[in-house]
Amino acid sequence: MVAAPATNAPIHQSSSDGATLAIRDLHVNIDSREIIHGIDLTVNKGEVHAILGPNGSGKSTLAYALMGHPRYAVTSGEVELKGEDLLAMSADERSRNGLFLCFQYPTSIPGIQMGNFLRLAMKARFGDAAIKTFRKELTEKLRILKMDESYMRRYLNEGFSGGEKKKAEILQMALLKPEIAIMDETDSGLDVDAFKVVADGVNAMRGPDVGFVVITHYNRMLEYIKPDFVHVLIGGKIVKSGGPELALAVDQHGYQPILEELREQGVEIELMEEAGATYAREEPTEREHDPFRSHGLTGL
Amino acid sequence: MATDIEVTSKELAIHVDPNRERLLREAEKELPLEYSAGWSDPETYFFKSGRGVSRETVEMISRMKNEPAWMLDRRIKSYDHFLSRKMPSWGADLSEINFDEMYYYIKPAREQGKTWDDVPQDIKNTFDKLGIPEAERKFLAGVSAQYESEVVYHSLREDLEKLGVIFTDMDSGLREYPEMVKRYFGTVIPYKDNKFAALNTAVWSGGSFVYVPKGVHVAIPLQAYFRINAKNAGQFERTLIIADEGSYVHYIEGCTAPIWSEDSLHSAVVELIAMKDATIRYTTVQNWSNNVYNIVTKRAVAHENATVAWIDGNLGSKITMKYPAVYLLGRGSKAEIVTAAFANQGQVQDAGGQVWHCAPETTSTITSKSVSKGNGRTSFRGWLKIYKGCVDSVSAMRCDAMLLDKECRSDTYPTIEVDEEKVALGHEATVSKIGEEELFYLMSRGLSEREAITQIVNGFIEPFTKTLPMEYAIELNRLIQMQMDGAVG
Repeated sequence: MVAAPATNAPIHQSSSDGATLAIRDLHVNIDSREIIHGIDLTVNKGEVHAILGPNGSGKSTLAYALMGHPRYAVTSGEVELKGEDLLAMSADERSRNGLFLCFQYPTSIPGIQMGNFLRLAMKARFGDAAIKTFRKELTEKLRILKMDESYMRRYLNEGFSGGEKKKAEILQMALLKPEIAIMDETDSGLDVDAFKVVADGVNAMRGPDVGFVVITHYNRMLEYIKPDFVHVLIGGKIVKSGGPELALAVDQHGYQPILEELREQGVEIELMEEAGATYAREEPTEREHDPFRSHGLTGL
Repeated sequence: MATDIEVTSKELAIHVDPNRERLLREAEKELPLEYSAGWSDPETYFFKSGRGVSRETVEMISRMKNEPAWMLDRRIKSYDHFLSRKMPSWGADLSEINFDEMYYYIKPAREQGKTWDDVPQDIKNTFDKLGIPEAERKFLAGVSAQYESEVVYHSLREDLEKLGVIFTDMDSGLREYPEMVKRYFGTVIPYKDNKFAALNTAVWSGGSFVYVPKGVHVAIPLQAYFRINAKNAGQFERTLIIADEGSYVHYIEGCTAPIWSEDSLHSAVVELIAMKDATIRYTTVQNWSNNVYNIVTKRAVAHENATVAWIDGNLGSKITMKYPAVYLLGRGSKAEIVTAAFANQGQVQDAGGQVWHCAPETTSTITSKSVSKGNGRTSFRGWLKIYKGCVDSVSAMRCDAMLLDKECRSDTYPTIEVDEEKVALGHEATVSKIGEEELFYLMSRGLSEREAITQIVNGFIEPFTKTLPMEYAIELNRLIQMQMDGAVG
């Protein structure tokens, strides 16, 4: 099992003990087909990890599996969140324990008002006490994200534009104050203005209390949200890890040099364009984003 | 083709309490974990008939009520028709109803109470527990409380009485306003309409008689509460509401019963008459225990520019069959029917709405939301008829069903007959399972599975809930949460 080629292994991964999020040899199936072939990753609070990879490499699968989607079956490996067995927890327990997933395609639910939903989520995470300061906090976060109060009376993501949905995700993240936040292609489907607002929202949250896993398949996001560590995920494996310079290299030369390097080392990589495109719902091509592609994974 | 249906027109929109959201939230705390109205009182009745129904039973009821001859005559004709009429061959399976086991007339007390203190203690305690006197003080213009066959208490605010508003039980209505009752009783729903309407007309007791004079606007609701207590009790209330020209009234009914293993039968007839420019809004939040057959005939006529809204929420009962109907008789009249049904384990909710367009420029909407859980079954029956000559009429029918489990079932039976070409029609039906993605999304934000399902279901029926006054919206949300706990039945 190859995680990252030894030459590129960052120092912080030498031990995952005591880490905020520790992933060890994670394998994930969707409908009995293995998509993730053994991933090791350690994320601590205060760190920003970027995961780069082409379409179909398993990036979204990793995100969903960590959050506990019932269709994403972990077949082996371990994941600890603050020393506790994450895989033994249901999705809601994971959330209440400080994990957050910023969805690529947030689901819309009619009849549930955004404001009421946020209140319930806050109560679930922090208990009744959080309700007292909810209003004040909400007003502040809305201001940062340039969102109007009227959002709160709208139904959850219903009829939201691509940009509105992403802002709403960032708003939830800002309120729920996760210790580990996974951002799944948050940059997709955004125009430049919305993109900046979202990036500012994330940067405002950065600090010693939260660790980020920023999943993306191109570099634009990382120009705004500077990562501490960069990992390249191809064929269900992290094939290379490094610092910000790795993201730059990928941006300039694509993944081909990395694949060639791996081939020279004799590492086999299973490219699963088809499965990835089907299951992980990556964007079709890098620059062809449809901000109004609003559905989640319903109907798969 | 999707049609955007305005569930409530502007004139029908509920006055929105600025605190509505907050109060709804507060009410989410402290929820009962089981059917909370399931207790029963000891039977210390003034009179209870024997089991079964016969011509003698019918005559005895009429005699005890000291009725005029025409009513006795009507009862007997109805009884004969009930006997000769076959059980409906469609809809839910009613073959297990044993008409011979039921008690058809139970008079709980000698007299009706003028104040709550006059009501026998057990019965008063029951209505206290159900929160009726409190509701009366807080937000109602009038209250009627029926226990078994008789209304044991009723009240109407003095100012409304002075304006000539009549709100009394049907028996008193017949005694005190004989002309009006004779003129309208059974004109909207004749006893030959169906077997259960015939049975009701034969043995009816209690219910409400409401008259709102010309131009009088009863701004806050009148409420009737129906409680069945005894085993095998039959409750056959009869309600007649007449809104005179340009008037407005909102009438609300609620109902509960104890949990018995023996079946009870609730078979009401409700007739509404909305005169020119009048509006009647009739809201039901039914919460029967799971041993009640609930087979009710509800129909309204709407004259020129009149509006009738049936807001009908059905939870509980063993089998419910109920299809509120509106005859749009006058030019420009409107019908709005909004129903919600929740069928839990072992329950059948067979509901819907019916509209007959009999005049030009008439408008109707039928909106139905149903949720099935366990092996519960919901059926929607929509009936729409537009006669020739009803030009420029508009109608929209929409039903959405949600299935929570694998074994539950939902069926849709829309019937649309249109004889006029110059009309606009919309029809839409959807069936959905509770979505894995919706659940996951809510759970990923920390909501437990039960909370998440409750939110999704509440969101699904929100088009219904938002038509209810706040107090009833709270009650409905509670009832749904209770159904989610699976502790009912």
